[in-house]
Amino acid sequence: MATRELVRTGKVLTSRGGSPGKSKLAVGWARLRRDKSLILMTVPAGILLLVFGYTPMLGLIMAFQDYDLYDGILHSPWAGFSNFQQLFTDPGFWHALTNTLMLFSIQLVLSFPIPIALAIMLDSILSRRVRSFIQSVVTIPHFFSMVMVISIFDQVLGGSGLLDTFLRSHGVANPPDLMTNQGLFKFLQAGEIIWKESGWNMIVYLAALAAISPSLYEAAAVDGASWRQRTWRITLPGLRPIMVLLLILNLGWALTFGFEQMLIQTPAVGTGAADVITTFAYRNGIVQGNYSYGAAAGLFLGVTSVILIVAANKVAHLLGEDGLYRSRQ
Amino acid sequence: MTAITQRAPIRRRDPRRPAWQERPKAATQGTKSGAIVVILLIILFPLYSIVLTSFSNQAAVNLAGGMVVWPQGLTISAYKLIAQGGVVGRALIVSLVITAVGTAISMAVTILASYGLSRAGSFGHKTILWFMMLTMFFSGGIIPLFLVVSALGGFNQYWALILPSAVSVFNIIVMRAFFMNIASDMIESARIDGAGDWRILWRIVLPTSKAVTAVIALFYAVTYWNSWFNILLFMPADSSKWPLQMVLYTYITQGNPLPGSGTSTIGGFVGNQQIAPLSIQMAVVTLTVVPILIVYPFVQKHFTKGVLLGAIKG
Repeated sequence: MATRELVRTGKVLTSRGGSPGKSKLAVGWARLRRDKSLILMTVPAGILLLVFGYTPMLGLIMAFQDYDLYDGILHSPWAGFSNFQQLFTDPGFWHALTNTLMLFSIQLVLSFPIPIALAIMLDSILSRRVRSFIQSVVTIPHFFSMVMVISIFDQVLGGSGLLDTFLRSHGVANPPDLMTNQGLFKFLQAGEIIWKESGWNMIVYLAALAAISPSLYEAAAVDGASWRQRTWRITLPGLRPIMVLLLILNLGWALTFGFEQMLIQTPAVGTGAADVITTFAYRNGIVQGNYSYGAAAGLFLGVTSVILIVAANKVAHLLGEDGLYRSRQ
Repeated sequence: MTAITQRAPIRRRDPRRPAWQERPKAATQGTKSGAIVVILLIILFPLYSIVLTSFSNQAAVNLAGGMVVWPQGLTISAYKLIAQGGVVGRALIVSLVITAVGTAISMAVTILASYGLSRAGSFGHKTILWFMMLTMFFSGGIIPLFLVVSALGGFNQYWALILPSAVSVFNIIVMRAFFMNIASDMIESARIDGAGDWRILWRIVLPTSKAVTAVIALFYAVTYWNSWFNILLFMPADSSKWPLQMVLYTYITQGNPLPGSGTSTIGGFVGNQQIAPLSIQMAVVTLTVVPILIVYPFVQKHFTKGVLLGAIKG
């Protein structure tokens, strides 16, 4: 018993080093017996992932079938690549794809700098208590669901919301309803994300700011560098690694972003403004019951997302960052 | 004495300011304070107005012409109406129960898996970890998941709102990282005393990782409380079973009346007092927001640690 931790670190029961005279199989069997309760502990999670993670992956076979609810996966007729042919010639799909990229770019460009500015501003506040109060407040919306965020936006910018009543009481006859305006939707969706996530994303930058050595600032100030110069030459370069990392990781989610956000607001602004590939797949697959077609769109999405995420991580590793997963163990 | 008091006042340095840092100009300070006040208002003012409107009577809502900004005519009748039963009151209970049960299940599964994978050199742990992590990168998507859950009889069942998303592999990885850092001599000495893995997990590992357990439990709880799309997917039509987020979606963002709820869009009565429909709507929003606001201060510190951990250890 006393040697079990040693055993686990691989010094006694490995097939390579210790216990001469035992076959590889016997060693494996002994390790299995020794660790059986540990393996048993992973079983509940394993089963849940098997049923709700891996079975749906197998179910993607239906993208190559003409799936019928009553025949199921096993008996539905095969359709080859016809679903994909239909998909790639569907103007609705191309609209969803370009709209995804457009909404994503606007959201990223508008929302990316704000947490950085917030962090720099917060970092310059001397009072610890004021700082932590502001941080608490700006982080709250991160914990609201998308439905809640859009409900709150509705009460501010919507039909009879705060802005509307304010404008009416100040002589504007028919203020525009910003929640149903198709042209402004691309900015509205970015605004919702800015409101919800800026405070949360700021926390990472605050940590990075705390890691910049104060002696750099001190030396610069002694040499006569102004606040502006110090920010430009010390603070921003110090934040650069984390900015690059977050930017790259964000790009990895470019195609799958905003599903709930767009789905909730599609009735208000229409598919023309709010359709993304994920909502396109949901609408065709579930709402219209065209399962195979929706699954084909889903498979396209899954494969391109994996490529994007792996590529994004590769770039992060090339730049010397850890990325979403680590390259070294 | 008078000579001293009449001396020109010296501007005192803030002792918290580093010695090398110049004192910012008054204009800079003013702009910064203004910006901070605006930011705080952008977040807090909508919440304030929503809560206030939910506590306002018909006259106050009419006077404001919509959302109430100045407190007057306060009443709790919107909440009384909700407490009388109907969809909203039931949805609140459903949401609370799903959050509690779901978090318990998720935590049990996550703790077990994290410890099971945390002992260096144990049999097959790398394979199992890879098996789990693959689901983070590729998923079958909505449609096959919907068909799998339906085939298992999950349509319109509460378990369909819990089990498919019960395990977060990301949380397992975070928790496993914590468990791996627990001093191994403590575990080793327990093992010498004859404790098995189950007892070590329960008696040593869990008591020494209360903070990470609390963080992960709250991540799960917030996820369950906030989850909406799985309701739309698995429980789209049966409003008598809906959790709160789905009620919020139907009633507020889509502006549809809730059948059989007593809270139609024309408002309702408690006794003979009419309640503005807007107050009832805002009461629904308030009910979704308040639990998060109550829990939030207790865990904010830990959440901050959690996000850093996620960013660094990923």
